[in-house]
Amino acid sequence: MQVSMTVNGEEVTREIEGRLLLVHFLRDHLRLTGTHWGCDTSNCGTCVVWLDGEPVKSCTVLAAMAGGHEVRTVEGLEQNGELDPVQRGFVECHGLQCGFCTPGMMMTARALLDRNPDPSDTEIREAISGQICRCTGYATIVRSVRWAAAEEAGTRTSLETQATSGSAS
Amino acid sequence: MQVPAPFEYQRVGSVSEAVALLDRLGDTARLVAGGHSLIPMMKLRLANFEYLIDINDLHDELGYVRVEPGLIRIGAMTRHRELLESDELAAAFPVFRDAERVIADPVVRNRGTLGGSLCQADPSEDLSAVCTTLDASCVIQGMDGERVVSMEDFHRGPYETAVGDAEILTEVRIPVRPNGSSAYEKVERRAGDWAVVSAGAAVWLDGDGLIADARVGLAAVGPNTAGIPGIADALRGRHPTEELYGRAGDIAAEACSPVTDRRGSAEYKRHLARELTVRVLRRAVARIDGQEV
Ligand SMILES: Cc1cc2nc3c(=O)[nH]c(=O)nc-3n(C[C@H](O)[C@H](O)[C@H](O)COP(=O)(O)OP(=O)(O)OC[C@H]3O[C@@H](n4cnc5c(N)ncnc54)[C@H](O)[C@@H]3O)c2cc1C
Ligand code: FES
Ligand code: FES
Repeated sequence: MQVSMTVNGEEVTREIEGRLLLVHFLRDHLRLTGTHWGCDTSNCGTCVVWLDGEPVKSCTVLAAMAGGHEVRTVEGLEQNGELDPVQRGFVECHGLQCGFCTPGMMMTARALLDRNPDPSDTEIREAISGQICRCTGYATIVRSVRWAAAEEAGTRTSLETQATSGSAS
Repeated sequence: MQVPAPFEYQRVGSVSEAVALLDRLGDTARLVAGGHSLIPMMKLRLANFEYLIDINDLHDELGYVRVEPGLIRIGAMTRHRELLESDELAAAFPVFRDAERVIADPVVRNRGTLGGSLCQADPSEDLSAVCTTLDASCVIQGMDGERVVSMEDFHRGPYETAVGDAEILTEVRIPVRPNGSSAYEKVERRAGDWAVVSAGAAVWLDGDGLIADARVGLAAVGPNTAGIPGIADALRGRHPTEELYGRAGDIAAEACSPVTDRRGSAEYKRHLARELTVRVLRRAVARIDGQEV
Protein backbone atom coordinates (compact mmCIF):
# COMPACT_ATOMS: atom_id res chain seq x y z
CA MET A 1 0.00 0.00 0.00
CA GLN A 2 1.02 3.60 -0.43
CA VAL A 3 1.40 5.88 2.58
CA SER A 4 1.92 9.66 2.68
CA MET A 5 2.62 11.73 5.75
CA THR A 6 4.44 14.85 6.81
CA VAL A 7 7.70 14.15 8.59
CA ASN A 8 9.49 17.12 10.12
CA GLY A 9 7.56 19.42 7.81
CA GLU A 10 8.28 17.48 4.63
CA GLU A 11 5.70 15.48 2.72
CA VAL A 12 6.88 11.89 2.15
CA THR A 13 5.24 9.07 0.19
CA ARG A 14 6.40 5.46 0.20
CA GLU A 15 5.17 2.02 -0.80
CA ILE A 16 4.93 -0.07 2.38
CA GLU A 17 3.40 -3.20 3.87
CA GLY A 18 0.41 -2.59 6.14
CA ARG A 19 2.21 -4.29 9.02
CA LEU A 20 5.23 -1.96 8.97
CA LEU A 21 5.71 -0.17 12.30
CA LEU A 22 6.27 3.57 12.33
CA VAL A 23 9.67 3.22 14.02
CA HIS A 24 10.96 1.06 11.15
CA PHE A 25 9.39 3.32 8.55
CA LEU A 26 11.31 6.26 10.00
CA ARG A 27 14.59 4.42 10.49
CA ASP A 28 14.72 2.06 7.51
CA HIS A 29 12.64 3.75 4.83
CA LEU A 30 13.42 7.40 5.56
CA ARG A 31 16.85 6.78 7.12
CA LEU A 32 15.94 8.96 10.08
CA THR A 33 17.92 6.90 12.55
CA GLY A 34 17.73 9.50 15.30
CA THR A 35 14.62 7.72 16.55
CA HIS A 36 15.88 4.67 18.41
CA TRP A 37 14.36 1.27 18.71
CA GLY A 38 14.81 -0.59 21.99
CA CYS A 39 12.45 -2.85 23.86
CA ASP A 40 9.94 -3.31 21.04
CA THR A 41 7.23 -3.70 23.72
CA SER A 42 6.14 -0.09 24.37
CA ASN A 43 7.98 0.02 27.67
CA CYS A 44 11.29 1.86 27.16
CA GLY A 45 10.22 4.99 25.27
CA THR A 46 13.38 5.43 23.19
CA CYS A 47 11.17 5.30 20.07
CA VAL A 48 9.01 8.29 21.10
CA VAL A 49 8.11 10.65 18.24
CA TRP A 50 5.27 13.12 17.87
CA LEU A 51 2.10 12.22 16.03
CA ASP A 52 0.07 15.39 15.43
CA GLY A 53 1.97 17.08 18.24
CA GLU A 54 1.57 14.32 20.85
CA PRO A 55 4.40 12.03 21.96
CA VAL A 56 3.69 8.40 21.02
CA LYS A 57 5.71 5.17 21.12
CA SER A 58 6.45 4.55 17.45
CA CYS A 59 7.09 0.82 18.00
CA THR A 60 3.37 0.54 18.80
CA VAL A 61 1.97 2.62 15.93
CA LEU A 62 1.70 1.32 12.39
CA ALA A 63 3.23 3.50 9.68
CA ALA A 64 -0.11 3.20 7.89
CA MET A 65 -1.88 4.71 10.89
CA ALA A 66 0.34 7.80 10.59
CA GLY A 67 -0.77 8.27 6.96
CA GLY A 68 -2.17 11.76 6.43
CA HIS A 69 -0.79 12.89 9.78
CA GLU A 70 2.16 14.94 10.97
CA VAL A 71 5.16 13.22 12.47
CA ARG A 72 8.03 14.99 14.17
CA THR A 73 11.23 13.22 15.12
CA VAL A 74 14.33 14.25 17.03
CA GLU A 75 15.85 15.37 13.70
CA GLY A 76 13.05 17.95 13.53
CA LEU A 77 13.88 19.58 16.87
CA GLU A 78 16.63 21.74 15.48
CA GLN A 79 15.32 24.83 13.66
CA ASN A 80 17.34 26.72 11.01
CA GLY A 81 20.58 25.12 12.12
CA GLU A 82 19.99 26.04 15.78
CA LEU A 83 19.61 23.35 18.39
CA ASP A 84 16.37 23.44 20.37
CA PRO A 85 16.83 24.67 23.96
CA VAL A 86 15.99 21.11 25.10
CA GLN A 87 18.88 19.76 23.07
CA ARG A 88 21.19 22.45 24.44
CA GLY A 89 20.01 21.63 27.96
CA PHE A 90 21.03 17.99 27.49
CA VAL A 91 24.45 19.15 26.27
CA GLU A 92 24.92 21.66 29.10
CA CYS A 93 23.73 19.43 31.95
CA HIS A 94 25.09 16.06 30.85
CA GLY A 95 21.57 14.83 30.16
CA LEU A 96 23.00 11.77 28.41
CA GLN A 97 25.76 9.25 28.71
CA CYS A 98 25.32 6.51 26.11
CA GLY A 99 22.57 8.51 24.40
CA PHE A 100 20.30 5.59 23.70
CA CYS A 101 17.25 6.96 25.52
CA THR A 102 17.95 10.55 24.52
CA PRO A 103 15.81 11.03 21.39
CA GLY A 104 12.69 9.83 23.19
CA MET A 105 13.50 11.84 26.30
CA MET A 106 13.96 15.03 24.27
CA MET A 107 10.74 14.61 22.30
CA THR A 108 8.76 14.12 25.51
CA ALA A 109 10.54 17.02 27.18
CA ARG A 110 9.81 19.35 24.25
CA ALA A 111 6.11 18.41 24.36
CA LEU A 112 6.02 18.97 28.13
CA LEU A 113 7.56 22.45 27.87
CA ASP A 114 5.15 23.42 25.09
CA ARG A 115 2.24 22.68 27.42
CA ASN A 116 3.85 23.64 30.70
CA PRO A 117 6.74 26.10 30.32
CA ASP A 118 7.73 25.94 33.99
CA PRO A 119 7.38 22.34 35.16
CA SER A 120 8.39 21.18 38.63
CA ASP A 121 10.85 18.31 39.03
CA THR A 122 7.91 16.05 39.86
CA GLU A 123 6.11 17.05 36.68
CA ILE A 124 9.22 16.38 34.61
CA ARG A 125 9.66 12.97 36.23
CA GLU A 126 5.99 12.16 35.65
CA ALA A 127 6.25 13.18 31.97
CA ILE A 128 9.20 10.83 31.34
CA SER A 129 7.91 8.04 33.59
CA GLY A 130 7.16 5.81 30.59
CA GLN A 131 10.76 5.99 29.44
CA ILE A 132 13.82 4.20 30.72
CA CYS A 133 17.37 5.52 31.05
CA ARG A 134 19.99 3.00 32.11
CA CYS A 135 22.81 5.53 32.55
CA THR A 136 21.98 8.83 34.16
CA GLY A 137 19.75 7.93 37.06
CA TYR A 138 17.42 10.57 35.57
CA ALA A 139 18.82 13.39 37.73
CA THR A 140 20.73 15.04 34.89
CA ILE A 141 17.79 14.55 32.52
CA VAL A 142 15.53 16.44 34.90
CA ARG A 143 18.21 19.12 35.25
CA SER A 144 18.53 19.40 31.45
CA VAL A 145 14.80 19.95 31.04
CA ARG A 146 14.88 22.59 33.80
CA TRP A 147 17.79 24.26 31.99
CA ALA A 148 15.73 24.44 28.81
CA ALA A 149 12.72 25.83 30.69
CA ALA A 150 14.88 28.52 32.29
CA GLU A 151 16.57 29.32 28.98
CA GLU A 152 13.20 29.85 27.36
CA ALA A 153 11.93 31.94 30.26
CA GLY A 154 15.07 34.07 30.14
CA THR A 155 15.95 33.20 33.74
CA ARG A 156 18.74 30.76 33.12
CA THR A 157 21.73 32.38 34.86
CA SER A 158 20.61 31.74 38.41
CA LEU A 159 19.53 28.19 37.71
CA GLU A 160 22.72 27.36 35.90
CA THR A 161 24.83 28.42 38.87
CA GLN A 162 22.67 26.25 41.09
CA ALA A 163 23.05 23.28 38.83
CA THR A 164 26.82 23.69 38.66
CA SER A 165 27.28 24.03 42.38
CA GLY A 166 24.93 21.07 42.84
CA SER A 167 27.00 18.80 40.65
CA ALA A 168 30.28 19.95 42.24
CA SER A 169 29.17 19.05 45.76
CA MET B 1 12.40 -8.04 15.95
CA GLN B 2 8.66 -8.42 16.51
CA VAL B 3 6.59 -7.97 13.36
CA PRO B 4 2.89 -8.62 12.96
CA ALA B 5 1.78 -11.23 10.42
CA PRO B 6 0.68 -9.70 7.10
CA PHE B 7 -2.79 -8.17 6.91
CA GLU B 8 -4.62 -5.68 4.80
CA TYR B 9 -4.95 -2.23 6.34
CA GLN B 10 -8.24 -0.36 5.95
CA ARG B 11 -9.43 2.92 7.32
CA VAL B 12 -12.98 4.06 7.99
CA GLY B 13 -14.41 7.54 8.44
CA SER B 14 -17.65 6.87 10.28
CA VAL B 15 -19.32 4.39 12.61
CA SER B 16 -21.70 3.24 9.88
CA GLU B 17 -18.80 2.64 7.51
CA ALA B 18 -17.02 0.61 10.19
CA VAL B 19 -20.08 -1.52 10.85
CA ALA B 20 -20.72 -2.12 7.13
CA LEU B 21 -17.11 -3.18 6.58
CA LEU B 22 -17.13 -5.47 9.63
CA ASP B 23 -20.38 -6.98 8.41
CA ARG B 24 -18.78 -7.73 5.04
CA LEU B 25 -15.49 -9.08 6.37
CA GLY B 26 -16.81 -11.05 9.36
CA ASP B 27 -14.33 -12.57 11.80
CA THR B 28 -11.42 -12.10 9.39
CA ALA B 29 -11.28 -8.44 10.44
CA ARG B 30 -10.41 -6.56 13.63
CA LEU B 31 -10.79 -2.94 14.66
CA VAL B 32 -7.77 -1.03 15.90
CA ALA B 33 -8.22 2.03 18.12
CA GLY B 34 -5.16 3.20 20.06
CA GLY B 35 -3.51 -0.09 19.20
CA HIS B 36 -1.69 -0.26 22.51
CA SER B 37 -3.14 -3.63 23.43
CA LEU B 38 -3.76 -5.02 19.96
CA ILE B 39 -0.49 -4.14 18.21
CA PRO B 40 1.66 -5.76 20.94
CA MET B 41 -0.49 -8.90 20.59
CA MET B 42 -0.13 -8.80 16.80
CA LYS B 43 3.63 -8.44 17.19
CA LEU B 44 3.67 -11.55 19.36
CA ARG B 45 1.40 -13.26 16.78
CA LEU B 46 -1.19 -13.80 19.50
CA ALA B 47 -3.65 -11.94 17.28
CA ASN B 48 -3.75 -12.69 13.54
CA PHE B 49 -6.37 -11.76 10.98
CA GLU B 50 -6.70 -10.72 7.36
CA TYR B 51 -7.98 -7.18 7.72
CA LEU B 52 -7.21 -4.46 10.22
CA ILE B 53 -9.72 -1.62 10.33
CA ASP B 54 -8.29 1.61 11.73
CA ILE B 55 -10.97 3.65 13.54
CA ASN B 56 -8.76 6.55 14.64
CA ASP B 57 -10.53 8.84 12.17
CA LEU B 58 -13.64 8.31 14.33
CA HIS B 59 -12.04 10.35 17.10
CA ASP B 60 -14.03 13.40 15.98
CA GLU B 61 -17.25 11.39 16.14
CA LEU B 62 -16.50 9.28 19.21
CA GLY B 63 -14.04 11.33 21.25
CA TYR B 64 -16.06 13.25 23.86
CA VAL B 65 -17.19 13.60 27.45
CA ARG B 66 -20.74 14.95 27.52
CA VAL B 67 -22.42 15.96 30.74
CA GLU B 68 -26.21 15.79 30.73
CA PRO B 69 -28.70 15.94 33.59
CA GLY B 70 -28.38 12.63 35.40
CA LEU B 71 -25.98 11.14 32.85
CA ILE B 72 -22.46 11.41 31.51
CA ARG B 73 -21.73 10.01 28.06
CA ILE B 74 -18.19 9.19 27.02
CA GLY B 75 -17.31 8.32 23.43
CA ALA B 76 -15.42 5.07 22.85
CA MET B 77 -12.51 6.85 21.09
CA THR B 78 -11.84 9.18 24.02
CA ARG B 79 -8.18 8.73 24.86
CA HIS B 80 -6.78 8.12 28.34
CA ARG B 81 -5.25 11.59 28.42
CA GLU B 82 -8.57 13.21 27.61
CA LEU B 83 -10.23 11.24 30.40
CA LEU B 84 -7.46 12.28 32.79
CA GLU B 85 -7.74 15.94 31.87
CA SER B 86 -11.54 16.27 31.87
CA ASP B 87 -12.46 18.46 34.85
CA GLU B 88 -16.16 17.72 34.37
CA LEU B 89 -15.52 14.00 34.60
CA ALA B 90 -13.30 14.41 37.66
CA ALA B 91 -15.94 16.56 39.36
CA ALA B 92 -18.70 13.98 38.85
CA PHE B 93 -16.56 10.84 39.25
CA PRO B 94 -13.17 11.38 40.92
CA VAL B 95 -12.54 7.65 40.43
CA PHE B 96 -11.70 8.37 36.76
CA ARG B 97 -8.89 10.80 37.47
CA ASP B 98 -7.56 8.61 40.30
CA ALA B 99 -7.37 5.69 37.88
CA GLU B 100 -6.09 7.56 34.84
CA ARG B 101 -3.17 8.94 36.83
CA VAL B 102 -1.89 5.39 37.26
CA ILE B 103 -2.91 3.73 33.99
CA ALA B 104 0.18 2.99 31.93
CA ASP B 105 2.36 6.10 31.41
CA PRO B 106 1.73 9.54 29.89
CA VAL B 107 2.93 8.56 26.40
CA VAL B 108 0.79 5.42 26.26
CA ARG B 109 -2.12 7.50 27.58
CA ASN B 110 -1.84 9.75 24.52
CA ARG B 111 -2.94 6.81 22.38
CA GLY B 112 -5.01 4.25 24.31
CA THR B 113 -8.79 4.71 24.33
CA LEU B 114 -11.71 3.97 26.63
CA GLY B 115 -13.30 1.70 24.01
CA GLY B 116 -10.10 -0.24 23.38
CA SER B 117 -9.60 -0.73 27.09
CA LEU B 118 -13.09 -2.12 27.70
CA CYS B 119 -13.08 -4.26 24.54
CA GLN B 120 -9.68 -5.72 25.35
CA ALA B 121 -11.28 -6.99 28.59
CA ASP B 122 -7.92 -7.81 30.13
CA PRO B 123 -8.56 -8.92 33.73
CA SER B 124 -5.88 -6.45 34.88
CA GLU B 125 -7.34 -3.57 32.92
CA ASP B 126 -8.31 -0.60 35.10
CA LEU B 127 -11.14 1.13 33.22
CA SER B 128 -13.36 -1.97 33.32
CA ALA B 129 -13.10 -1.83 37.11
CA VAL B 130 -13.91 1.91 37.03
CA CYS B 131 -16.92 1.45 34.76
CA THR B 132 -18.17 -1.48 36.81
CA THR B 133 -17.84 0.59 39.96
CA LEU B 134 -19.91 3.36 38.40
CA ASP B 135 -22.62 1.02 37.10
CA ALA B 136 -21.92 2.12 33.53
CA SER B 137 -23.63 0.76 30.46
CA CYS B 138 -22.13 0.26 27.02
CA VAL B 139 -23.68 1.27 23.73
CA ILE B 140 -22.95 -1.22 20.96
CA GLN B 141 -23.73 -0.46 17.32
CA GLY B 142 -24.38 -3.07 14.65
CA MET B 143 -26.11 -3.29 11.28
CA ASP B 144 -29.50 -3.45 12.98
CA GLY B 145 -28.98 -0.39 15.14
CA GLU B 146 -27.73 0.01 18.66
CA ARG B 147 -28.20 -1.89 21.89
CA VAL B 148 -27.26 -0.96 25.42
CA VAL B 149 -25.79 -3.50 27.85
CA SER B 150 -24.72 -3.21 31.48
CA MET B 151 -21.03 -3.66 32.37
CA GLU B 152 -21.93 -7.02 33.95
CA ASP B 153 -23.31 -8.22 30.61
CA PHE B 154 -20.62 -6.49 28.57
CA HIS B 155 -17.69 -8.15 30.30
CA ARG B 156 -18.10 -11.86 29.52
CA GLY B 157 -14.76 -13.02 30.85
CA PRO B 158 -11.05 -12.57 30.17
CA TYR B 159 -10.60 -11.02 26.70
CA GLU B 160 -14.26 -11.60 25.92
CA THR B 161 -17.05 -9.05 25.63
CA ALA B 162 -20.61 -8.75 24.37
CA VAL B 163 -19.40 -6.96 21.21
CA GLY B 164 -20.10 -9.19 18.19
CA ASP B 165 -17.89 -9.60 15.10
CA ALA B 166 -19.86 -7.02 13.14
CA GLU B 167 -20.34 -4.56 15.98
CA ILE B 168 -18.55 -1.59 17.48
CA LEU B 169 -18.64 -0.09 20.95
CA THR B 170 -19.57 3.57 20.50
CA GLU B 171 -20.31 5.02 23.91
CA VAL B 172 -20.21 4.44 27.64
CA ARG B 173 -23.03 5.91 29.72
CA ILE B 174 -22.72 6.54 33.40
CA PRO B 175 -25.68 7.51 35.59
CA VAL B 176 -25.08 10.51 37.87
CA ARG B 177 -26.83 10.07 41.21
CA PRO B 178 -26.97 12.72 43.93
CA ASN B 179 -24.92 12.74 47.13
CA GLY B 180 -22.29 10.30 45.99
CA SER B 181 -18.58 10.11 45.31
CA SER B 182 -15.94 7.63 44.27
CA ALA B 183 -12.25 6.71 44.48
CA TYR B 184 -9.64 4.38 42.96
CA GLU B 185 -6.41 2.90 44.25
CA LYS B 186 -3.86 0.73 42.55
CA VAL B 187 -0.76 -1.05 43.79
CA GLU B 188 1.85 -1.42 41.06
CA ARG B 189 5.44 -2.66 41.12
CA ARG B 190 6.79 0.38 39.30
CA ALA B 191 5.46 3.50 37.57
CA GLY B 192 3.51 2.63 34.43
CA ASP B 193 3.07 -1.06 35.17
CA TRP B 194 -0.13 -3.04 35.22
CA ALA B 195 -1.83 -3.45 38.58
CA VAL B 196 -0.81 -6.00 41.16
CA VAL B 197 -4.34 -5.27 42.38
CA SER B 198 -6.59 -2.21 41.97
CA ALA B 199 -9.92 -1.30 43.51
CA GLY B 200 -12.57 1.29 42.81
CA ALA B 201 -15.49 2.27 44.99
CA ALA B 202 -18.54 4.46 44.60
CA VAL B 203 -20.80 5.34 47.52
CA TRP B 204 -24.10 7.24 47.71
CA LEU B 205 -25.59 8.49 50.97
CA ASP B 206 -29.24 9.22 51.79
CA GLY B 207 -30.57 12.29 53.61
CA ASP B 208 -29.78 10.74 57.01
CA GLY B 209 -26.17 10.00 56.15
CA LEU B 210 -26.82 6.29 55.75
CA ILE B 211 -25.40 4.40 52.78
CA ALA B 212 -28.05 4.38 50.03
CA ASP B 213 -25.88 2.32 47.69
CA ALA B 214 -22.24 1.27 47.34
CA ARG B 215 -20.31 -0.48 44.60
CA VAL B 216 -16.82 -1.89 44.45
CA GLY B 217 -14.92 -3.02 41.32
CA LEU B 218 -11.60 -4.87 41.44
CA ALA B 219 -8.93 -5.46 38.80
CA ALA B 220 -6.25 -8.14 38.52
CA VAL B 221 -7.77 -10.55 41.03
CA GLY B 222 -9.30 -13.10 38.68
CA PRO B 223 -11.67 -13.15 35.77
CA ASN B 224 -14.56 -11.74 37.72
CA THR B 225 -13.96 -8.01 38.10
CA ALA B 226 -17.68 -7.34 38.04
CA GLY B 227 -19.03 -5.46 41.02
CA ILE B 228 -19.35 -7.68 44.06
CA PRO B 229 -23.07 -7.68 44.87
CA GLY B 230 -22.48 -8.89 48.44
CA ILE B 231 -20.78 -5.59 49.26
CA ALA B 232 -23.76 -3.46 48.29
CA ASP B 233 -26.04 -5.74 50.32
CA ALA B 234 -23.80 -5.49 53.39
CA LEU B 235 -23.46 -1.71 53.21
CA ARG B 236 -26.91 -0.46 52.27
CA GLY B 237 -28.89 1.25 55.02
CA ARG B 238 -25.91 1.47 57.40
CA HIS B 239 -23.76 4.25 58.76
CA PRO B 240 -20.39 4.46 57.04
CA THR B 241 -17.87 3.34 59.67
CA GLU B 242 -14.40 1.80 59.69
CA GLU B 243 -15.90 -1.43 60.93
CA LEU B 244 -18.27 -1.53 57.97
CA TYR B 245 -15.43 -0.85 55.50
CA GLY B 246 -13.56 -3.75 57.07
CA ARG B 247 -16.52 -6.03 56.55
CA ALA B 248 -16.71 -4.94 52.90
CA GLY B 249 -12.98 -5.64 52.58
CA ASP B 250 -13.52 -9.16 53.91
CA ILE B 251 -16.27 -9.75 51.35
CA ALA B 252 -14.01 -8.46 48.55
CA ALA B 253 -11.14 -10.71 49.63
CA GLU B 254 -13.47 -13.69 49.70
CA ALA B 255 -15.12 -12.93 46.35
CA CYS B 256 -11.90 -12.62 44.36
CA SER B 257 -9.79 -15.41 42.92
CA PRO B 258 -6.24 -14.14 42.38
CA VAL B 259 -3.44 -16.34 41.10
CA THR B 260 0.22 -16.29 42.04
CA ASP B 261 2.38 -14.73 39.32
CA ARG B 262 5.37 -12.42 38.86
CA ARG B 263 3.39 -9.58 40.38
CA GLY B 264 2.74 -11.32 43.67
CA SER B 265 1.35 -14.32 45.48
CA ALA B 266 -2.35 -15.07 45.58
CA GLU B 267 -2.26 -14.50 49.32
CA TYR B 268 -0.68 -11.04 48.95
CA LYS B 269 -3.21 -10.08 46.28
CA ARG B 270 -6.07 -11.18 48.50
CA HIS B 271 -4.65 -9.02 51.25
CA LEU B 272 -4.47 -6.09 48.81
CA ALA B 273 -8.05 -6.66 47.65
CA ARG B 274 -9.20 -6.29 51.25
CA GLU B 275 -7.01 -3.33 52.14
CA LEU B 276 -7.66 -1.38 48.91
CA THR B 277 -11.42 -1.93 49.26
CA VAL B 278 -11.29 -0.41 52.74
CA ARG B 279 -9.24 2.56 51.52
CA VAL B 280 -11.39 3.41 48.51
CA LEU B 281 -14.62 3.17 50.47
CA ARG B 282 -13.15 5.43 53.16
CA ARG B 283 -11.96 7.93 50.57
CA ALA B 284 -15.22 7.93 48.59
CA VAL B 285 -17.23 8.68 51.75
CA ALA B 286 -14.80 11.40 52.83
CA ARG B 287 -15.23 13.01 49.42
CA ILE B 288 -19.02 13.09 49.80
CA ASP B 289 -18.42 15.02 53.00
CA GLY B 290 -16.41 17.50 50.99
CA GLN B 291 -13.03 16.37 52.21
CA GLU B 292 -10.63 16.15 49.28
CA VAL B 293 -8.46 13.19 50.09
C1 LIG C 1 3.24 -0.26 28.38
C2 LIG C 1 1.77 -0.35 28.59
C3 LIG C 1 1.26 -0.29 29.88
C4 LIG C 1 -0.11 -0.35 30.11
N1 LIG C 1 -0.58 -0.25 31.39
C5 LIG C 1 -1.91 -0.31 31.62
C6 LIG C 1 -2.43 -0.19 32.93
O1 LIG C 1 -1.71 -0.01 33.91
N2 LIG C 1 -3.78 -0.26 33.10
C7 LIG C 1 -4.63 -0.42 32.05
O2 LIG C 1 -5.82 -0.46 32.27
N3 LIG C 1 -4.17 -0.51 30.79
C8 LIG C 1 -2.83 -0.47 30.56
N4 LIG C 1 -2.37 -0.57 29.26
C9 LIG C 1 -3.32 -0.78 28.16
C10 LIG C 1 -3.75 0.53 27.60
O3 LIG C 1 -4.66 1.13 28.50
C11 LIG C 1 -4.40 0.33 26.25
O4 LIG C 1 -4.44 1.56 25.65
C12 LIG C 1 -5.82 -0.25 26.29
O5 LIG C 1 -5.89 -1.48 26.94
C13 LIG C 1 -6.36 -0.55 24.92
O6 LIG C 1 -6.82 0.61 24.30
P1 LIG C 1 -6.49 0.86 22.77
O7 LIG C 1 -7.32 1.99 22.33
O8 LIG C 1 -5.03 0.95 22.60
O9 LIG C 1 -7.08 -0.49 22.13
P2 LIG C 1 -6.60 -1.37 20.89
O10 LIG C 1 -5.31 -2.01 21.19
O11 LIG C 1 -6.69 -0.59 19.63
O12 LIG C 1 -7.76 -2.46 20.87
C14 LIG C 1 -7.92 -3.43 21.88
C15 LIG C 1 -9.05 -4.39 21.49
O13 LIG C 1 -10.30 -3.72 21.49
C16 LIG C 1 -10.93 -3.74 20.21
N5 LIG C 1 -11.56 -2.44 20.05
C17 LIG C 1 -10.96 -1.21 20.19
N6 LIG C 1 -11.88 -0.23 20.09
C18 LIG C 1 -13.07 -0.83 19.86
C19 LIG C 1 -14.41 -0.35 19.68
N7 LIG C 1 -14.70 0.97 19.73
N8 LIG C 1 -15.40 -1.26 19.46
C20 LIG C 1 -15.13 -2.59 19.43
N9 LIG C 1 -13.89 -3.10 19.60
C21 LIG C 1 -12.87 -2.24 19.82
C22 LIG C 1 -9.83 -4.07 19.22
O14 LIG C 1 -10.33 -4.74 18.11
C23 LIG C 1 -8.92 -4.96 20.07
O15 LIG C 1 -9.39 -6.26 20.08
C24 LIG C 1 -1.00 -0.51 29.01
C25 LIG C 1 -0.50 -0.58 27.71
C26 LIG C 1 0.87 -0.51 27.48
C27 LIG C 1 1.36 -0.59 26.08
S1 FES D 1 11.10 0.52 21.44
FE1 FES D 1 9.21 1.53 21.62
S2 FES D 1 8.94 1.72 23.73
FE2 FES D 1 10.80 0.59 23.59
S1 FES E 1 21.84 7.90 28.47
FE1 FES E 1 22.14 5.77 28.29
S2 FES E 1 20.11 5.04 28.46
FE2 FES E 1 19.88 7.10 28.92
